[in-house]
Amino acid sequence: MDQSVSGDPEKTTVGIAKSETGIDGFDELTLGGLPTGRPTLVCGGAGCGKTLFASTFLIHGARALGEPGVFVTFEERPTDIVSNVASLGFALDQLVVEDKIHIEHIAIDPSEFVEIGDYDLEAIFIRLEAAVERIGAKRVVLDTIESLFAAFSNPAILRAEIRRLFDWLKERKLTTVITGERGDGAFTRQGLEEYVSDCVLLLDHRVQNQISTRRLRIVKYRGTAHGTNEYPFLIDSDGFSVLPVSALGLNHKVYDERISSGVDDLDEMLSGRGFHRGSSILISGVAGSGKSTLAASFVDAACRNGEKAAYFSFEESADQTVRNMRSVGIDLKDYIDGGRLNYFAARPTFYSLEMHLAVMLREIARLKPRIVIVDPISAFDRSGESNEVQTMLLRMVDYLKSHGVTGVFTNLTHAKGDETLTDVGLSSLMDAWILMLNREAGGEFNRELYLLKARGLQHSNQVREFIMSENGLQLRAPYLGQEGALTGSRRRAKEAEARRTEAVRAAEVARFQQQGEHRRRKLEAQIEALRAEMAAEELEARRLIDAESAYLRRAKLDEEEARAMREGVAVRKRVDGGGDGAE
Amino acid sequence: MAQNETTKLILYVAGETPKSLAAIANLERICSEHLDNRYEVQVIDLKKEPRLAREHSIVAIPTLVRQLPAPIRKIIGDLSDAEKVLVSLNVKGAQ
Repeated sequence: MDQSVSGDPEKTTVGIAKSETGIDGFDELTLGGLPTGRPTLVCGGAGCGKTLFASTFLIHGARALGEPGVFVTFEERPTDIVSNVASLGFALDQLVVEDKIHIEHIAIDPSEFVEIGDYDLEAIFIRLEAAVERIGAKRVVLDTIESLFAAFSNPAILRAEIRRLFDWLKERKLTTVITGERGDGAFTRQGLEEYVSDCVLLLDHRVQNQISTRRLRIVKYRGTAHGTNEYPFLIDSDGFSVLPVSALGLNHKVYDERISSGVDDLDEMLSGRGFHRGSSILISGVAGSGKSTLAASFVDAACRNGEKAAYFSFEESADQTVRNMRSVGIDLKDYIDGGRLNYFAARPTFYSLEMHLAVMLREIARLKPRIVIVDPISAFDRSGESNEVQTMLLRMVDYLKSHGVTGVFTNLTHAKGDETLTDVGLSSLMDAWILMLNREAGGEFNRELYLLKARGLQHSNQVREFIMSENGLQLRAPYLGQEGALTGSRRRAKEAEARRTEAVRAAEVARFQQQGEHRRRKLEAQIEALRAEMAAEELEARRLIDAESAYLRRAKLDEEEARAMREGVAVRKRVDGGGDGAE
Repeated sequence: MAQNETTKLILYVAGETPKSLAAIANLERICSEHLDNRYEVQVIDLKKEPRLAREHSIVAIPTLVRQLPAPIRKIIGDLSDAEKVLVSLNVKGAQ
């Protein structure tokens, strides 16, 4: 309906042009900023950041986009405005000197004048026009035009003039921010919203459970699809930032790339290559089970790889963590000093839940780390409803996933043996879940680690013993035997026992082998002796055979000789006729 | 008291709008009828001199400023009620 009313064909086909505000998050939220050439009403109670919003919009235009702006102030003096934003690092006075921003102070003291007869506010138009023309302004801020109502007694004239002013601004295609004080039951005290039909923003500052949260809501934004949620925003030394923390849907990019957990043995459990990049990893466990240490190990691995990391701690300060992690051979100090690791420590009660999320997301957007640690998420249990915590995590996880950032969340569980129950709500958000146990057996507590789930990864189903020492973190497979899986000193005892048995057996085998060798040698010697004996016997036999054959030959010759002696003729005949030359 | 002092007035208008013209006419009438010759009137058209609107902090049109005698007084409107104007300018005693 909005679209059909406006006769502007450009608007319906191309979509409206937008002007960046330079406010972190807001431009993303509105797909580009405020409607160009149109007025936007920013309303809210006292101290909710209206003027800062307007100033940021104007300064960003002048400084970054080459769009000079006119700041019309009805309340604060120009020097106050300059000093207000100076604390946020905006050198407004410099921009004024450079004629990029013009501050027009329209001060009206009702005690100074009387009203007699008909009048209008043409002088404001003249002043505004002069200012706009002088610096070639594209942007205008009116802060707060409603204070005119306190000065003039004739609201009918004022309304007509304000309407005329808005039309005038539109006609000149000035992108305008008009601030308005929140009234009872209406957005503004004087109902300014009825004059501004294009874009209305509501800023809010609420205190709940003694924790204050600033929120921004887009009440109306013609020609732009916008969320109607309230978005938390932040005013701090970096200025004004809005955090679009709504769920972005489930269309984030997935990575096949793997990242190391910093614990080789844990990577080993995941087919030797660690977790997927961009996955969300929950480390849950009872107190003292090594959650933070394991989380720090992830950081260590990432930083060693040259990647940036962000550590959000809600329990320990940076120094404390650095010291503690040194005891397990992880030195985070260099990473912090080198700017690779950004450590943020805040008490959970410092901000509201929303605000924590907002701050975290802002820092993540600013620093672009590849891995983010939140330690622990259970710190929020007391500061919010559990479903709020879950919603917050959902947004966080969504944001991290959509940016390919690995998220590691630790969670303190209280109940013994009931670890999985309390985390049911979180489980569905997480791609991997590492359960840290601290179980008593044989009169001692031993840390154990179990990969409860790891989406899309082949992983070991074994509970491993988690050992923290100055040499780093290690996982040991427990001793598996007839008495079940054993850990700690019982494992060590059992392992020692096994080692002893093994040694005995090894000695046995060696002895057996030696005996065999002896036997073999002995038999071989015997074989050799027999062979020699046999050779001797063979020699003797040959000698006998030779002697025998020589004897036989001799005997034959002798016999032939004897026969020849008996029949001499015959022999001679045979010699003549036969040619037998042997004799 | 203020009888011998000159009343110095500046009337700010913006172009020849009905309100501006009415204010000029009303002021002329009031001055000639009530202030004899003890006045000095300057009419500034901000359309022609927009710079002065800022310098003199003018918001509404028409605005009549009594520069002298001090302190400065301002009247906004087309001055349609002569009686009120005279009261505001504190010159009624002149009659």
